[in-house]
Amino acid sequence: MEKKRGQIKKKDTFIDMTAMCDFTLLLLTFFIMATSFKPEESVEVVTPASTSTKEIPDGFILITLDKDGRVFYGVDNINAKRSIIDVVNDDKQLGLTEEEKNIFVTSSSIGVPFTQLKGFLSLPELERKKYLDNAPGVPVDTTAGYATNELAYWINLSRQYLDKGGRIAIKADGSSGYPDVSKIITTLGKQKIFNFSFITDMKGIPPGTALYEQQQLSKQAAGNPE
Amino acid sequence: MAELNNNKGKTTPRVDLTAMVDMNFLLLTFFILSSTLSKPKAMEIVMPYTDDEMTVDDQNKIKKDVALTILLSKENRVFYYEGIGDDPEDPPHVKLTAFKDVDGVRDVIIDKKKSVERLIANGTLRASDKPTVIIKADTNSTTADLINILDEMTINAIPTYAVVDITEQDQEFVADAEETYNLK
Repeated sequence: MEKKRGQIKKKDTFIDMTAMCDFTLLLLTFFIMATSFKPEESVEVVTPASTSTKEIPDGFILITLDKDGRVFYGVDNINAKRSIIDVVNDDKQLGLTEEEKNIFVTSSSIGVPFTQLKGFLSLPELERKKYLDNAPGVPVDTTAGYATNELAYWINLSRQYLDKGGRIAIKADGSSGYPDVSKIITTLGKQKIFNFSFITDMKGIPPGTALYEQQQLSKQAAGNPE
Repeated sequence: MAELNNNKGKTTPRVDLTAMVDMNFLLLTFFILSSTLSKPKAMEIVMPYTDDEMTVDDQNKIKKDVALTILLSKENRVFYYEGIGDDPEDPPHVKLTAFKDVDGVRDVIIDKKKSVERLIANGTLRASDKPTVIIKADTNSTTADLINILDEMTINAIPTYAVVDITEQDQEFVADAEETYNLK
């Protein structure tokens, strides 16, 4: 580097990166310990947004509806799933092996009718994922008969193994048609389930509305006694 | 940082930790993006009790003055009319609106609430009467429409609402309204 006379001497600055390195390792440790991996979803669903901020309690039944109207069924409780697959195996005489039953227990959602269940569970993992892209989904209709409405059968069976019958959560894609979601609601109604939840994205409460004022009042009430 | 200063005139080797920090940030980004801290949010729904054995008479009679019927149709269209539309002599005036923050369904619902309050104030309705919204979705509407309208119920604090099956008469209303507004 040339230096002309009168120019200020450049100094090299050595920044000590030890502190930065410690800090990033601490953050990394926090994220590894405090969070869990996102659960694998069988199918991509974009849910609509709502202002609700309630969370679903654990041990719920998840009914996923994708935009083509296919229904996928899952339960958020491993012990319950073990009992459920045993009963289904005996009742429908599917002839599942222990390994296939384990795959059912550890997988997220099922989207095949009973006739295809054994075939689906016997596939290796990569092929199962590809199968799910074209799977027909669990058959649903508006009758109460378990022969055609397999979703009703799954729900009725699972509720026996969940605490207080388990909360039903429907994760429906925003662009799925109303008739498809109506079939699910009718199936639940025929089982006398009138209390359920829709999983939604978050949306802020618009200002100036009744709900906004309720929220402000409850914030004030929470602030006052303190 | 501790340093050994026993080197006779040689400069101590300094380790440049920049690469280490870069790698740490990459790992951090991976773990942040692949994990989740929050559980998904859910919107609770309560549907009206129905039974195959029930007849129309058993169901609660809704007064015309408190009711607002909303019809959901394709392409996120929202039609609405006052009352329950069961009087053949007096067909309802079906209007079109949309899911907008201003001049949309929300304003329609707020106007309905105000008109019910006025009717209670001048004695036409009892104090216990509350605005009721009846939601009917036709086969071309989507789940997003349904969830948006249910969310509007919560946003405007409507105490009584119900999602019911659409009738043939309502489908005719929708078809007529589409003609009136020159929609396809």
